[in-house]
Amino acid sequence: MDSLPDDLDRRLVIATQAGLPLVARPYDALAAGLGVTAEEVKARLAAMLASGRIRRIGAVPNHYALGYTANGMSVWDVDDARIVELGEAVGRLDFVTHCYERPRVLPDWPYNLFAMVHGRDRQTVLAGVAEISRLLGGACRGHDLLFSTAILKKTGLRIGGG
Amino acid sequence: MTALLDALDRRLINTLQDGFPLVDEPWRVVAEAVGSTPEEVLERVRRLRETGVLTRFGPMFQIERLGGRFVLAALAVPEARFDKVAAAVNALPEVAHNYRRTHRLNMWFVLATETPEGIAGAIAKIEAATGLPVFAFPKHREFFVDMRLQA
Repeated sequence: MDSLPDDLDRRLVIATQAGLPLVARPYDALAAGLGVTAEEVKARLAAMLASGRIRRIGAVPNHYALGYTANGMSVWDVDDARIVELGEAVGRLDFVTHCYERPRVLPDWPYNLFAMVHGRDRQTVLAGVAEISRLLGGACRGHDLLFSTAILKKTGLRIGGG
Repeated sequence: MTALLDALDRRLINTLQDGFPLVDEPWRVVAEAVGSTPEEVLERVRRLRETGVLTRFGPMFQIERLGGRFVLAALAVPEARFDKVAAAVNALPEVAHNYRRTHRLNMWFVLATETPEGIAGAIAKIEAATGLPVFAFPKHREFFVDMRLQA
């Protein structure tokens, strides 16, 4: 089990969760704000990357701006006995960006496997969904596809700064 | 809605999705990788952020490893109230992303809280503000996550 972040890690999360400062020497700028050295800031970020607390440092594009205007959340009712094997196989498809097992909410929601498919048009997404359907075969009892039609909010996480 | 990007913008976006160096002058490294100058790439990233082509630039935290929690949730919102409900949901700082989707469950959002216990409180606030039941879909297993997209 991971230990919880110490005070400096926590302050570093709060200082960077809205993004890195867009300046020539961003780690110096962070260090000045936190009252530590840039060496300490870089070392802490490197340690959080190594431990997986930070997935990566970099850019997140708005997928609409890049032309990925079709974003389909495909959802599947998969045999629980085979969910791990099949979830991993679906996750390996190169057009799937996220793949999770989530709980069913019966009777409204019978689906337990969620696979996000991004494409530059709906046809591409539908072709990907057809491939997932073939892969799941008889282990799948039903599926649905929810296209996103608007981004209502996208800010990333915010933890308390108080 | 698709942005006008030149070849350098695209190289820059693709390079920056793979990572950002932990060195004192990271833009020098980025500039070398994409064939430009540090000043030019920094200016372009500022512009890409301002115009919303990049929604974020910085560390992507794995919130569970920091003690927090992410939960996907959904609402079935009557069309006549959709904008009001969207405003109420978006007003909560715990709501990180929110999308409109084609389904009876037509509003899908991600709750991000500093503690696992914070999720129940956020759900209660949304139910109180909207009068609608929240469907919560916490992840049981993560099979794959890689949100990089070729620019």
